[in-house]
Amino acid sequence: MNLTLILFYVLAVAAVATAAGLLLSRNSVYAALFLVLNFATVAVFYLLLGAPFIALVQVTVYAGAIMVLFLFVIMLLGAEKLPKGQVLPWQRPLAIGLAALLLVEAGFLLFQRLRTTAILPAPGAELNTTATLQTLGLALFNQYLLPFEVTSLLLLVAMVGAIVLTKQVKGEQA
Amino acid sequence: MGELGGIPLSGFLAVSAILFTLGALGVLIRRNAIIIFMSIELMLNAANLAFVAFARSYDVLSGQLFVFFVMTVSAAEVAVGLALIVAIFRSKHSIDVDQMSSLKG
Amino acid sequence: MQTLFSLVPLIVLLPVLGLLFNIAFGSRMGEKAIGALASAASGLAFVVSLLLGIALWNTGGVEQVVPFGEWIRIGTLDIPWNFRVDTLSVTMMLVVSGVGTLIHIYAIGYMHEDVRFKNDIGRYRRFFVFMNLFIAMMMILVSGDSYLMLFVGWEGVGLCSFLLIGFWYEMDTLGRPSWANSNAAKKAMIANRVGDFGFLLAAFTMFWAFGSVQFGEVFGQASQVAVMTPGVILFITLFMLIGVAGKSAQIPLYVWLPDAMAGPTPVSALIHAATMVTAGVYLVARSWPLYSLVPDAQVVVAMVGAVTALFAAMIAAGQYDIKKVLAYSTISQLGFMVAAVGMGAYVAGMFHLVTHAFFKALLFLSAGSVILGMERGHHHLAHGQHDEHHAEVFDPNDMRNMGGLRKQMPLTFWLYLIGTLALAGIFPFAGFWSKDEILLDAAKKFPAIYIILTIAAFLTAFYMGRQVWMVFFGKPRHAAAGQAEESPRIITVPLMVLAGLSVLGGALNLPGLHTLTNWLDHTIELVEHEAEVAPWLALSWGGFNPIVALLSLVLALVAIYISWLIYGRKPLETGQKDPLKQPLGFIFTGMENKWFVDEIYAAVFLKPYVTISRFLADVIDGRFWHDWFHEKVIAGTYNFVSKTVLDLRVDQQFIDAIANGLGNLTRRASASLRRLQNGFVRSYALAVLLGVVFILGYLLIR
Repeated sequence: MNLTLILFYVLAVAAVATAAGLLLSRNSVYAALFLVLNFATVAVFYLLLGAPFIALVQVTVYAGAIMVLFLFVIMLLGAEKLPKGQVLPWQRPLAIGLAALLLVEAGFLLFQRLRTTAILPAPGAELNTTATLQTLGLALFNQYLLPFEVTSLLLLVAMVGAIVLTKQVKGEQA
Repeated sequence: MGELGGIPLSGFLAVSAILFTLGALGVLIRRNAIIIFMSIELMLNAANLAFVAFARSYDVLSGQLFVFFVMTVSAAEVAVGLALIVAIFRSKHSIDVDQMSSLKG
Repeated sequence: MQTLFSLVPLIVLLPVLGLLFNIAFGSRMGEKAIGALASAASGLAFVVSLLLGIALWNTGGVEQVVPFGEWIRIGTLDIPWNFRVDTLSVTMMLVVSGVGTLIHIYAIGYMHEDVRFKNDIGRYRRFFVFMNLFIAMMMILVSGDSYLMLFVGWEGVGLCSFLLIGFWYEMDTLGRPSWANSNAAKKAMIANRVGDFGFLLAAFTMFWAFGSVQFGEVFGQASQVAVMTPGVILFITLFMLIGVAGKSAQIPLYVWLPDAMAGPTPVSALIHAATMVTAGVYLVARSWPLYSLVPDAQVVVAMVGAVTALFAAMIAAGQYDIKKVLAYSTISQLGFMVAAVGMGAYVAGMFHLVTHAFFKALLFLSAGSVILGMERGHHHLAHGQHDEHHAEVFDPNDMRNMGGLRKQMPLTFWLYLIGTLALAGIFPFAGFWSKDEILLDAAKKFPAIYIILTIAAFLTAFYMGRQVWMVFFGKPRHAAAGQAEESPRIITVPLMVLAGLSVLGGALNLPGLHTLTNWLDHTIELVEHEAEVAPWLALSWGGFNPIVALLSLVLALVAIYISWLIYGRKPLETGQKDPLKQPLGFIFTGMENKWFVDEIYAAVFLKPYVTISRFLADVIDGRFWHDWFHEKVIAGTYNFVSKTVLDLRVDQQFIDAIANGLGNLTRRASASLRRLQNGFVRSYALAVLLGVVFILGYLLIR
């Protein structure tokens, strides 16, 4: 039993718990906050996996930007609780059933087919050599230049799209 | 104690699977559009985790790079999606997805 | 000289061209032009015949066969269309085209008045078209080199006879709307048909026995075939006699000729006196090799001719219609001709054919002139009386309306007289010579026939005399006769030409010269009779027996005297009955009513035929076949099958079920499947997850 493993188990439980919290909370703000926690745990996972840059990006982008955006919208729309009323009665049981089935299949896949016994070592000295920011940047700008540029275009499009979608024509009610 | 040992790959993958399932369940069960969106983000996250785990396992960098892109795309997607929800809220005054069933056949 | 023979197709082609031209352009040409064209076509055909005759004379009368083209070639049957130029055919060609041309010219004037009396000027053109067609057909008949070609012409002249008899098809002879004229045409056609049937049987038998119908081949093989199968030639000749009886109006098929007088007078002259009716005589003369092999057939032919001659002469003496007298006279004279060729006196028969053409045409055309005169007179009467309603029906042909026309129409009178004397056989007119030759041959071979023919000759002179006294002498018995006028020159000039021929025609075969005999000898072998004859018969001044001739002349003069006694000395008054009626009683009634032959035929043949055909039509065809079989069986079955089986069971219950079923299935399926699209995004997402799970499961299990 080593430290990382204990840490891992704790974090795993935390991740699952927060995800369940997101699922079950009636209050949208609580759900958003649960998700933030989830992102945080996943960020630590990334650290454990020797990807510090990704971990920080996770915190910055996901928890910092995206969740803030979510909270803004929740605040804007002010619809935290929704009226009761089940329109599709069979939706919930069926969804739970299917999810369980999916889980079973995933487990089957993992432990029957894949059967990996790989142990991922704790991050060590390679953090300074292979997984550094420089290496990532070099790879990004050499091999993955095209996706990079396309992604920038994608961001531009998203921006334009967001503005267009929320634009109000003069004369319309706000 | 204090030894920094390894973590089995399958552990990470199991967590990823559970998170993904929970995210999928969230999409299906919840009626709040924003919660559904958040569940989608959860699913994406689970996938990212699996990516990085495998990248570590095979000792390549491309998994991390891919996660980089996924994050970027998901950020863009959230922006647009939330804009959509706001626009819909303006006309329907509700974010209950069950209320947006006018494409009913 | 040889090239002249190649002109022979022109004798057919010229009239055909004439008629085609008249058909195409006739409506734009005047009457004179139409008539002139038709006469020119016929006249040119005469010129060609003349050239052929001259050519033939120069080559010694040897027959020429001019091929024209291939006609029928099936298996072993090979019948080409060849023209035969020999003395016999050239004689016929000359008669037909010569007399024909004169009649064409006459008809220009006659039809001009006729279409005006009948109020249909446009029909003028049709007349000349048909006349030219007739000339063409008759030329085919006489110039053919095979029996089948002869038959083509035979049928063709029958057709033209039909067309021309029924020229005024919608009226009767008096101009009233009626079926009478078309019935007469029909009668001619049907009676001829019966004859044609006999002819065809003979032709088929000929082909079966000889393998050919061409003259050369048939006559060449005749004697051999006679030895091998003797009955065949007898059969052929007897059945040809049936054809002759039809076309040349012998007993029993003569009944169409008197009715044929319904046609215009030029038609009666050309077709029913001079040319068409002589086709039968020509046929027998042409077939002399066959007839000379079967003496039995010869006897039959001769007897038929003789009996017909007498029978018809008797009827002629009791007729009142001027044309009917001449019609029966024609039948009687044809009887003379048929008897002659039957006996083997081919030359005598042909000689009489030629002279008869001259004087009978003259008589008919003069009768036409008389009729036209009567019509003109009647026309004047109508104008003079200003009477719009002609209550009385005026028959211009009836001799009882005539009388004293000698003063009104002197030229016609003299011409008619010449014709009468020629027909009666008075020296030195043409008929004397030709009839005398027949009588002489009859006296030598068949005394019985001689007696019959002599009686017929006596009656001939009698009824012709009767006719002349009734028409031209005495007082007019009807006002129209008093107003009659002479005919124009275009009518009288051809008559004068014919009169000249009637006077001089005897020169064709004068005893001693025997021009015609020698001419025909090249084609027809003359059989010298070696039989024992009485000394008074054996007397011969160059082939001419004075005793027989004198006897016939005296009888003719006596007959004319008797007719004068009865009709001439005390001319008939208006409305008076015929003086012979009382003394002869029922005999005269029989003569008047043509011995009721038509009535007998109607009762014996027509009535059962009509009854049977009515039965077949109404009962069998109508009630049985149509009403029952067609309606109930065929239509009923069809309706049943289509309505009950096909419509109801198959179409409605089966096919419609399938079609509607498929539609219903689709509708219900879509109705249930439609519920999948409920508009809820969540359920769509559920469906996606479902799919994912299943696919994943499948991949894992595999």
